[in-house]
Amino acid sequence: MMQQKNIGYYRLIMLNSLGRVVPDTLRGYTSATAYQSKNRILIPEKAVVTKPLFLDSISAIFDEYHISDGMTLSFHHHLRNGDGVLNAVCQEIKTRGIKHLTIAPSSIFPNNAIIVDLIIAGNITNIRTNYINGPAARPIDDGKLQGLLLMDTHGGRARAIESGDLPIDIAILACPTVDRNGNGSGTEGLSACGTLGYAQSDLRYAKKVILVTDTIVDKVKQIDLDGKYVDAIVQIDSIGDPEGIVSGTTKITKDPVGLKIARDAADFLYQAGVIKPGFSMQTGAGGTSLAVAAAVRKMMITKQIHGSFASGGTNGYYTDLLKEGWVDNLYDVQCFDLEAVRSYRDNSHHIAISASKYGNPYEPNPVVNNLSFVALGATEIDLDFNVNVTTDSLGRLIGGSGGHADTAHGADITIITTTLAKARLPIIKEHVTTITTPGEDVDVLVTERGIAINPRRVDLLEKMKNSNLTIMTISELMAISHQISGIPAAIKEPGKVTGLIVYRDGTILDQLYQRF
Amino acid sequence: MIRSMLFIPGNNPAMLQNADIFGADAVILDLEDAVSPQEKDAARALVKAYLESVSHQAIKVYIRINGLDTEFYERDLHSVVSDQIDGIVLPKARVGDIEKLLTILYKIESETHMKKTMGIIPIVESAKSVLEIEKLAALSRIQGMLLGAEDLSADMEFERTKIGTEIDYPRAKLAFACKAYKIDAIDTPFTDTNDVNGLIADCQKALNLGLNAKAAIHPNQIETIHDVFSPSPKRIEWAQRVLLAAKKANEQGLGVFSLDGKMIDKPIIERATKIIDAAKKYRLLPVDHA
Repeated sequence: MMQQKNIGYYRLIMLNSLGRVVPDTLRGYTSATAYQSKNRILIPEKAVVTKPLFLDSISAIFDEYHISDGMTLSFHHHLRNGDGVLNAVCQEIKTRGIKHLTIAPSSIFPNNAIIVDLIIAGNITNIRTNYINGPAARPIDDGKLQGLLLMDTHGGRARAIESGDLPIDIAILACPTVDRNGNGSGTEGLSACGTLGYAQSDLRYAKKVILVTDTIVDKVKQIDLDGKYVDAIVQIDSIGDPEGIVSGTTKITKDPVGLKIARDAADFLYQAGVIKPGFSMQTGAGGTSLAVAAAVRKMMITKQIHGSFASGGTNGYYTDLLKEGWVDNLYDVQCFDLEAVRSYRDNSHHIAISASKYGNPYEPNPVVNNLSFVALGATEIDLDFNVNVTTDSLGRLIGGSGGHADTAHGADITIITTTLAKARLPIIKEHVTTITTPGEDVDVLVTERGIAINPRRVDLLEKMKNSNLTIMTISELMAISHQISGIPAAIKEPGKVTGLIVYRDGTILDQLYQRF
Repeated sequence: MIRSMLFIPGNNPAMLQNADIFGADAVILDLEDAVSPQEKDAARALVKAYLESVSHQAIKVYIRINGLDTEFYERDLHSVVSDQIDGIVLPKARVGDIEKLLTILYKIESETHMKKTMGIIPIVESAKSVLEIEKLAALSRIQGMLLGAEDLSADMEFERTKIGTEIDYPRAKLAFACKAYKIDAIDTPFTDTNDVNGLIADCQKALNLGLNAKAAIHPNQIETIHDVFSPSPKRIEWAQRVLLAAKKANEQGLGVFSLDGKMIDKPIIERATKIIDAAKKYRLLPVDHA
């Protein structure tokens, strides 16, 4: 329940149900299921375009659509750390000296360093994204962003766009190949990146949609962006660096501690009765998360258990599962490597989904709701099982939810895998620095020294009471981690509010602060 | 009996910190080959600090000291012999070395009022040691013997191969001696840490020759070693059925009975009991999660 807290005798501060301060002008988070009592809000889709314009430069977009102070521009992050389009647009903003813009890329990567100058100069004053990593995060930590950083989930961003919560003036969408009718393909061209799931809401609901490409053909073979929504097409020399585009390529960890955690997570899932015929799965793309997928795959082979589907951002490990017949379908919002791009192009059971279909709470049956389990990481987890993947323990931005909170809510079992300490800092805290995913959606923590089950999951506690795995409370695990690394000193008092963590239903989970 | 012994370099704090999490039945904190001469002092101090600060109730801890032909072994022993460890692994062991080691251990145990008595695991890694296997196994405090095939191959001047035919004789001799004296027969490590199939074959060969455990040089080898040296689910299920049938036969006053068309007598019941004991010890009995 929302509460008000009296600080001194002149300020009332609004707390959400997790005890976090939230602005009193916005709705605070109450519960992960609160959305169920609300109706879906849909603004009208943009008008259909009969014939798209062809423009010859990024600069021409600014002239044609009068990009000016105070507008909102959106982007997707399918080109990941190789994206050249957001950077090219930022360069044009800088050249023209446009001020007070809001940018809404679905994620911001280290190669988007140009944003730093634009924040400091006041060209960009508000940012709405699902993930931010790299130099662009530093001026925000330092309190240089004049407005706010709003951090959504993947599904929540789709909800925000379709409901008008995030109104977009112009969506500038990188697209590897575009045809004469404005249809875009993610699998063809020099900068092929696979599915284009994050761009679908921008495509339908932005006031204007521009596709930026380096390859134009007469007709694309596979349509990922429907040309009827596309106002203009811009051809430039290159939309990105192919090596950076597949920067999500990760290898299964070789770290024996990570592998032990992964094996225990897979054993837990089997003993809990999750890995059974027809089960479905998603894991993150990190080394340990992939190791969980590999350990589950080994179990599927050994015990001859076939699953129904895997979802998420996909990579070669997942496409192998599909190719070998261990799952019937892959549901894919984004491809992390070339294997995934090829699989999506060639295998009809590798199915593209939009971010909305993936995790929008107001979709009738989003994919995340059908997951038997999801295995995710954490930079911090607390005694209430709240998870932080947005900031480090000093409160500095290092990531964001992405699909973390979406899948954690939808999956039957959400497993967090982590070592007890990273860089000599304990990962289990009394209270996480920033809440990305509320503890009511997190069921199990698997560490190298034991497994903790959220006391809310009485069913799992009962199922695992005779397990040969080491089951203990999260408090006991925290005590062990303190024995290893000691209790860290409290971090410095933060400064002004720099941003908000927006839960997938649009309520406020937590605030981000200036750090010193 | 154990199935695995994991070597942990004594000079690696991160590996020491996690020494007990990989499920090995025992760990060997190494002060010998893993540590260069100039790092011996630092490794000794690190291992001592580690032993004093971490509790190891769930795992056996051994220290491989430097050989008695070096200048390091006495300082090794005075640093690490304590109630926090279960024993000493002695490289290049000969019968005379064990007697010398015992003399030092008696002194340290007495002077420091230890509650434990140190076990000893000699490493058989020279031709002369191979010839002394039976005598070594018979000495007091010997808890097991570890074959060191790499040094042995240098002494014998034979090539080490993955198939391992060249060490059939010492493996078999060590297995028989250990079985006779009811101590652990521990196989030499498999040195290619990326070759899982090679490790499986190597473990299987050692098991077939009668060894009951294998040393590991990487934590990722433990799961494979346990897969081979643990009773299989099929054997556990068979042993459970034997013991159930034996219980019923006993209730009916039958001395000898049959199961699956085969006569079950005392030696078979004893074998089944050992399998179930091992399965219990290693938490391998199926759990009802219904």
